[in-house]
Amino acid sequence: MIRAGQRHARLALGANPVTLVAAVLVLALLLVAAFGPVLAPYDPLRTDVLHRLRPPSAAHWFGTDHLGRDIFSRVLVATRLDLVIALSAVLLSFAAGCAVGAVVGYSGGLPDRLVGRLVDVLMAFPLFVLAMALVAALGNEVRNIVYATAIINLPFYIRLARAEINRRRSAGYVQSARLAGAGHAAILVRVLLPNIMPVMVVQMSLNMGWAILNAAGLSFIGLGVRPPTAEWGIMVAQGAPYAATGQWWVALFPGLALVVTAFTFNLLGDGLRDAIDPRRRT
Amino acid sequence: MGRIGARYVVNRMLAALPVLAGVVVLTFVLVRLLPADPAAFFASGPAMGPEEIEALRRQLGLDRTIPEQLAIYVRGLLAGELGRSLVTGQPVAADLAARLPASLELTVAAFALAVAVAVPLGVLAAARPGSLLDHLVRLIAAAGVAMPPFVTGLVLIHLFYVLAGWAPDPTSRSDPYLPSSPPVTGFLTIDTALDGNWGQFRAVCGRLVLPAGTMALFALAPLVRMTRAAMLDVLTADFVRTARALGLSRARILLVYALRNALVPVVTTAGMVLSYMLGANVLVEKVFAWPGIGSYALDALVASDYAPVQGFVLTVAAIFVALNLGVDLLCAAADPRVGLE
Repeated sequence: MIRAGQRHARLALGANPVTLVAAVLVLALLLVAAFGPVLAPYDPLRTDVLHRLRPPSAAHWFGTDHLGRDIFSRVLVATRLDLVIALSAVLLSFAAGCAVGAVVGYSGGLPDRLVGRLVDVLMAFPLFVLAMALVAALGNEVRNIVYATAIINLPFYIRLARAEINRRRSAGYVQSARLAGAGHAAILVRVLLPNIMPVMVVQMSLNMGWAILNAAGLSFIGLGVRPPTAEWGIMVAQGAPYAATGQWWVALFPGLALVVTAFTFNLLGDGLRDAIDPRRRT
Repeated sequence: MGRIGARYVVNRMLAALPVLAGVVVLTFVLVRLLPADPAAFFASGPAMGPEEIEALRRQLGLDRTIPEQLAIYVRGLLAGELGRSLVTGQPVAADLAARLPASLELTVAAFALAVAVAVPLGVLAAARPGSLLDHLVRLIAAAGVAMPPFVTGLVLIHLFYVLAGWAPDPTSRSDPYLPSSPPVTGFLTIDTALDGNWGQFRAVCGRLVLPAGTMALFALAPLVRMTRAAMLDVLTADFVRTARALGLSRARILLVYALRNALVPVVTTAGMVLSYMLGANVLVEKVFAWPGIGSYALDALVASDYAPVQGFVLTVAAIFVALNLGVDLLCAAADPRVGLE
C-alpha cells in the first residue's frame, strides 16, 4: 500500500517538472512556516520610529514599515499564520464536504435534494461577500475567518464528493461488497471513500491558493487578524496608504509573498490533477 | 431568444424563486446571529435604563419569536424596506441606490475590458497551440488567479501614478476642480457625456482606468483559460474537420463555426467571473476609495452597523441570482440543445 503510494507520487511528480518544482517550493514554504520565528533577523513586533519607512537595504532586506518594524522578519513570521488559517479552513471543508457529500450521494432521495438546495443557496452568494457576512455574524476573530473560509468552500466539496460517490454506488466492486454482506456504513467508509480520495485531495490542493488569498482578503479589509500581528493581508493593508506616496516596499513584499504562495499551491494542484485525470488537462 | 421554448424560460425563472427565498432566510439568520444587540447599541445614551431598552426592543420587534420576526422582515423587504443605517442616518435602500451606480460602472467597465482582451487571446492561443502566444496565455491564466486584486491595485497605483505619472489621483471618481454634471443615470461617464461636459468626461474616464484595470486583470485569467480550453475542444470536432475539407477560410471556421459552439462554456464562466467581481469589488473599492456599495458595507461593518451590511449582502445576492438566470437564458439562446433538456 505504502510502496504503491510512493510509486504513484513519483509518477505524478516525475511526469511534469513544473509539478516537482512546485512540490519543492511548497516544502520550502512549510519549512518557513515551521521555523519562521527562528529565521527572522529581527523581532517582528519591535518598533523603531527613528528608522521608519526605510527602503530595502542590506540591514533590512525588505525595508521597514511605518513603525520601523523589519518587513522581511514580519513576512517570514507571518507565513505560519497565513498557512495555518488556509490549511485548517481547507481541511475543515474537506472533512465536512466528504462526509455530507458521501452520505447524500450514497443515500439519494430526500436528504440529497435538501442538501442540494442548501448548496444552491450558499452558491447564490458571491463567495467573498458571504465570507464577510459570516465573519461579521460569528464575531471578528481569527477562528471565524477559518470557519467562514471553510463554509464558503463547502459547496464545492459537497458537490464533488456527491457526484463521485453517486457515479460509483452501483459499480461492480460495490455490488460484490454488498453481496459479501457488508453494511451500508462499511461500504461507504471502506470501499467508496478510499476510492474518491485522490479526487478530493486534488481539489484540496487546488483550493489552498484560493483559501490563502480569501483569508488574506478578509484581513485586508480589517476582519479577523488584529493589527500588531504579522499577517500578509493586514501588512498589505497597512502599506496601502504609502503606495500612493512612493513607499512601495511596505505593501509590495507581503503582497508578493501572497502571490508566490498562492501560485505555488495552484501549480501543485494543477500538476496533481493532470496526474490523476489526464482528460482535464488544459 | 425566439427559439428558446417559453416553457424553458418560465421553468428557469421559477427555479430561481426557492434560491431567492433561501437567500432571504440565510441573510436573516446571519443578522440574527450578529453579536451586538441592536437595542442596546441604539440605547447607549446615559438616559437609557433597562426599561427604555426593553421598550426599544419591543419597538424593534426583538421581543417576538424568530418566525414572527422573519415574517415582519420579509414583509418589510417586499415593501422595499432594508432598515436604517446608524452611521449615515439614511434608509439603507436609499444609500444603496445612491451608491450602486458607482459599483456597477466599475464592474461593467472592468468586465467589458476583460472580455475584450480575454476572448481574442483565448481564440488565438487555441488556433495555434504550442506557439509563443499560447504559452503566454497559459502563463497569464496560471499567474492571474494567484494575483489578489488588492495587491494588483497597489502595484498599478505605484507604476502608473507614482512612477509614470500617467494616472490621475487614485482616490476620487471625478475632478473636483471641474464642474460636475447633473446625475441622470449615476454612471459618471454617461452623465458627463449626456451633458456634453467633455473635460470632466475625460477626467472621469481617466480615474476609471486603474480600478477597472485592476478588476479586469482579476477576471482575465479564468476567462482566457476557459475560452482557450473550449476552443481547443471544439476545434477537434468533426464538423470543423468537414469545414476544413470543404475549403472554408481559417478565419471563417474560427470565428463563425468554432466560436459559436465554444460560446456556452465561455458564457457560463463569464457569469461566474462577473459574480466573483461583485465580491472583489469590496477589495478594489477599498484600495481606490471608490464610493460604491462595497466600501459602504465595509464602513458599516467596521462601525458595527449591521442593517447596511445585510442590505448589501441581499442586493449583491439578488443581482447574482438574476445574473445566473440571464446566463442560463443566454446559453439557451447560444445553443438550442440547452433549452431542450
